[in-house]
Amino acid sequence: MKNSTDDSVNVAHIARLAMLELDDEEISRFQREIESILDYAKMLSEVNIDNIAPTAHASAIENVFREDNVGETLDRNEVLANAPDTLDDLYFKVPVVIQAEGRGEG
Amino acid sequence: MNDTDNFVSSAEPNTISRMAEALENGEITSRTLAVRLIERHHSVDDTIQSFLKIDEAEVIAEAEASDQRRKSGKSRSRFDGLPIAIKDNISVRGQSCGCASRILEGYTALYDATVITRLKQAGFVCFGRTNMDEFAMGSSTEFSAYLQTRNPWNIDHVPGGSSGGSAAAVSSGQAIAALGSDTGGSIRQPASFCGVVGLKPTYGRVSRYGLVAFASSLDQIGPITADVRDAAILLDILAEHDPRDSTSLPTGNDGFEKALDAVDITSLKLGVPKEYFDCDGLSAEVRSAVEDTVARYEKAGAGIVEVSLPNTKYAVAAYYIIATAEASSNLSRFDGIRYGDRSRDAENLLETYLKTREAGFGLEVKRRIILGTFVLSSGYYDAYYSKAQKLRTLIRQDFENAFEECDVILAPASPTTAFRIGAMSDPLEMYLSDIYTIPVNLAGICAISVPVKVGSDNLPIGVQLIGASMQERSILQAGHWLMQEV
Repeated sequence: MKNSTDDSVNVAHIARLAMLELDDEEISRFQREIESILDYAKMLSEVNIDNIAPTAHASAIENVFREDNVGETLDRNEVLANAPDTLDDLYFKVPVVIQAEGRGEG
Repeated sequence: MNDTDNFVSSAEPNTISRMAEALENGEITSRTLAVRLIERHHSVDDTIQSFLKIDEAEVIAEAEASDQRRKSGKSRSRFDGLPIAIKDNISVRGQSCGCASRILEGYTALYDATVITRLKQAGFVCFGRTNMDEFAMGSSTEFSAYLQTRNPWNIDHVPGGSSGGSAAAVSSGQAIAALGSDTGGSIRQPASFCGVVGLKPTYGRVSRYGLVAFASSLDQIGPITADVRDAAILLDILAEHDPRDSTSLPTGNDGFEKALDAVDITSLKLGVPKEYFDCDGLSAEVRSAVEDTVARYEKAGAGIVEVSLPNTKYAVAAYYIIATAEASSNLSRFDGIRYGDRSRDAENLLETYLKTREAGFGLEVKRRIILGTFVLSSGYYDAYYSKAQKLRTLIRQDFENAFEECDVILAPASPTTAFRIGAMSDPLEMYLSDIYTIPVNLAGICAISVPVKVGSDNLPIGVQLIGASMQERSILQAGHWLMQEV
């Protein structure tokens, strides 16, 4: 039976999911290194974990709720001062998202 | 005396407790202290490279303001005017907070982390930004995008990581104390490599608000100090419930410093985990330093019990799945839109993300994002992430069982002393060196690293005292006693 952990890692595909444009050298390097790390991690299969509950979090505290009141907020000008590009001192400016036909700007 | 000796032995042995007294007695002013530390910084940090930045004018101005407060009887606490160095992933309003990464080039923090608010309320002066592995990912500070911090005890060796800048700054006398963060050992291991004290509090004890997230279920801020008393003093200040961190525990501080005056070592039950001595990479000198420490406690009347942590060998694998999975999610916010650096070569939004992240992140960060994205991806989630979370349960239960039989567990902080710069080229080899610190983060409990001796190549050896959840008092007491003995 084919075990999913035996599959080789498609680094180029994963990089795309992670929004990273890796170069060829990085792809082959990570291919090798990540397969070696995952090979090491196969030891986890030795342990019988059928009836074990997963731990997502170390402390057993419950979700925290609060009233939806208006509180302190960050100053807009200060926030925008950190941005690489802004518009009218009001907005974050991003490069074109959808290329409209016949027009350069979206 | 050679240069190497010089970086540590000429460091003035300043501590928070001693300097607070000197300020109180009028032996020194906050300004003089700040000037001395800046002078020390100028004389050693070209070599040690522990600080990314110190805004000297601001430090002096704040120190002068503190002297004024003291003069007019308005000191905020007995620590008013003491400088503290801050790791570059903790937000201080108006200062850069770049996590030693190019992707945050030019970013200025807009608010104080809760730990900074607490320190400022006590009058502390924020003293510079310390170097680190990029986004706290690493065990050597070799993954900083900017500087290679050197170990002050032997400059051919790493200071440990990821809080290597903080540990080296304290060890070389450029700071009397520092804040670090610990996700898998990033406070305790550099502290042990640099011969200082590092405390990782219980998960949720200290607010994470304003700490740039690496792995949110594991990250915890803590102090790096010259002695255990200073660690207790800082924990007294830092430990408080914070409504801005939903994982903050509903408790205040336990009077940690005060508890150091009433240490009774004969009532201590010290656990020694047998599995920790079966580890392949454990060096002979670290092993013998731990054994000597056990003997010291035994001689002083402490009870010694062997305990078992049977799932220890799975901790590194579980950790590097969980931590990278969380990191891949946390680091998705760095996209070149709202802050930091943006690639100028992109033609559209998608390319902006791809090129900004490719150019902005370093090798180790990319490696971990890829690994974390993979273990969360469809078809592999059950085989890796889900399994790792179940192992985490077992590791946590191991500690719960062990603490039925003892109060404090004694362990190495790291299998070896500080390794040479450039010696760890294989990422897995570096990950495996975290074997003694990682289980503590997975279980969410507390631990402190205390220096016990200097080994070969003039490199310090630290031991780790591990406590159950919320039992910082016990490890601080045991550590305080130990440090006075050695």
